[in-house]
Amino acid sequence: MPETIENPPLLLCPLGDSAVVLQFGEEISLNTHFRIRAVAQALEQRAFQGLLEYVPAYTTLTVYYNPWVLSQQGKLDAYSEVVRQLEILVEQAEENEPAPARVVELPVMYGGTYGPDLQEVAEHTGLSIEEIIRIHSSGRYQVYMIGFAPGFAYLGGMDERIATPRQANPRASIPAGSVGIAGEQTGVYPISTPGGWQLIGRTPLQLFDPDREVPSLLQAGDEVRFVPISEQEYEARKEPKV
Amino acid sequence: MTITVLKPGLQTTVQDLGRYGYQMQGVVVGGAMDKMALRMANLLVGNDEAAAVLELSMQGPELQFEQDTLIALAGADLTASINDKQLRLWRPVLVKAGSILRFGKPAYGNYTYLAVAGGINVPEVMGSRSTYLRASIGGLEGRSLRRGDSLNFFESSETSKLLLSELLLQHKAESAFTEVNWWPEPELLPTYAHDPVLRAMPGLEYAWFSENSRDYIWEQKYKLTPQSDRMGYRLQGTTLALEEERQLLSTAVSFGTVQVPPQGDPIILMADSQTTGGYPRILQIISADLPKLAQVQPGGIIRFEEVSLEEAHRLYYQQEKQLLALQQAIIYKLHQG
Repeated sequence: MPETIENPPLLLCPLGDSAVVLQFGEEISLNTHFRIRAVAQALEQRAFQGLLEYVPAYTTLTVYYNPWVLSQQGKLDAYSEVVRQLEILVEQAEENEPAPARVVELPVMYGGTYGPDLQEVAEHTGLSIEEIIRIHSSGRYQVYMIGFAPGFAYLGGMDERIATPRQANPRASIPAGSVGIAGEQTGVYPISTPGGWQLIGRTPLQLFDPDREVPSLLQAGDEVRFVPISEQEYEARKEPKV
Repeated sequence: MTITVLKPGLQTTVQDLGRYGYQMQGVVVGGAMDKMALRMANLLVGNDEAAAVLELSMQGPELQFEQDTLIALAGADLTASINDKQLRLWRPVLVKAGSILRFGKPAYGNYTYLAVAGGINVPEVMGSRSTYLRASIGGLEGRSLRRGDSLNFFESSETSKLLLSELLLQHKAESAFTEVNWWPEPELLPTYAHDPVLRAMPGLEYAWFSENSRDYIWEQKYKLTPQSDRMGYRLQGTTLALEEERQLLSTAVSFGTVQVPPQGDPIILMADSQTTGGYPRILQIISADLPKLAQVQPGGIIRFEEVSLEEAHRLYYQQEKQLLALQQAIIYKLHQG
């Protein structure tokens, strides 16, 4: 018998005069993540008057609204109206069968100049380079949220065996597409920035492109898998970087 | 219709009301720091209130107008002039072809909005023409203006054309510009202050702060430091601390969020606020006071005053009604003249 998971109570509270925060719990968990994803999907399907946008995070879903639009619709209390709409959506979301996560495969050329810190990760973990690549590319990673920079995904689910602390001296510039490890996290740099992550590889795909209809390749709720590729494949699949 | 940039100024960018719907992809809302001033500048030249304008900061640019152009300035007073004759804010102005608009010392505020009839013609990126400098998105090639740039405008509205033809009738051949002989009543305009009281609601982690800190934030004065920009305004004053050490999991933040990093000096997130952050949020400044906040100069003294959500909404609606009244006043003036 699977253990029944008791959902922590959902709290709704105002964040200033133009946002409502739905707080689904206090800790990072897959269950919380799935609940947030379900409500986000419901919002996507059934937007209400005055809704501006929403931002999913680890334990919260923040919903931005325009109170003036609601008041022009005759809603005297814009906040209560938004809360009422959200409660309906939450109820629907919790009843619905959750839609399966979209799986995004990210091809990665591991090691060499693409992943200059792979050797350091091997030394720190005591594993061979091949083992690190095997472990990193066999994991399934959840995109908990997008933030920090356009298209940057906070990924969960990395195997602890390959956890490695950040570099003592951050690099002045890390190429876009770099795949790195920082402590127990793994991630991909969407744009070229300074940073201290241990770089183990690079994806030829462009993580963020403002000219695409959906600019960010990854979305909160996606499942990511890393697929090792050769240098030839990397060069063949290389997308222009912004 | 063209403007040529003779000198770019400190940071002159194309801005509009911002980019909505992309925060979940990590893209900031951005747009004008003082959105009321942007909307009013647009209305004054007969534009849609959301048209793209130039945002000038502190040290304005030098701009040459290639054709007769209808413009309006709103927001900070950066002492605008043409041929050494001062140009007033908050009214439509006809600028004759060949004239050069210059700016002097800031008299008050940080950000001025220069609207031109038709609006600045730059491509829309993710639903907005606003410039986000950190990611080189939008505006003119994702950057601030440079010497030698030229800016084009969209076709102007019927209201703009009416205003322009009226001003051309009044125009005297020897002058470089003509202002309308009316201006909005002061109650229709935003009120700025060097040392403002900003109204706010307790933030989501307000209760995490020590009792002393919760008192200080309402009672003490905070000084705006020079380390302030479109992303955040850094404050200095009595430092704030949590009751006990706690980590916040990254979550949404926005324009007006007052967050407190571990060293204890609050930071107010501004128009280019990142989409998510991990510092406890002690306050959220109400929307109606964000224009006033944007115009506080470094060295300015800020105090916070608590208001309820109902009051915040009432002030929000009041501001929207003020804008509608301005729009109606302009239409009335046009048909009267």
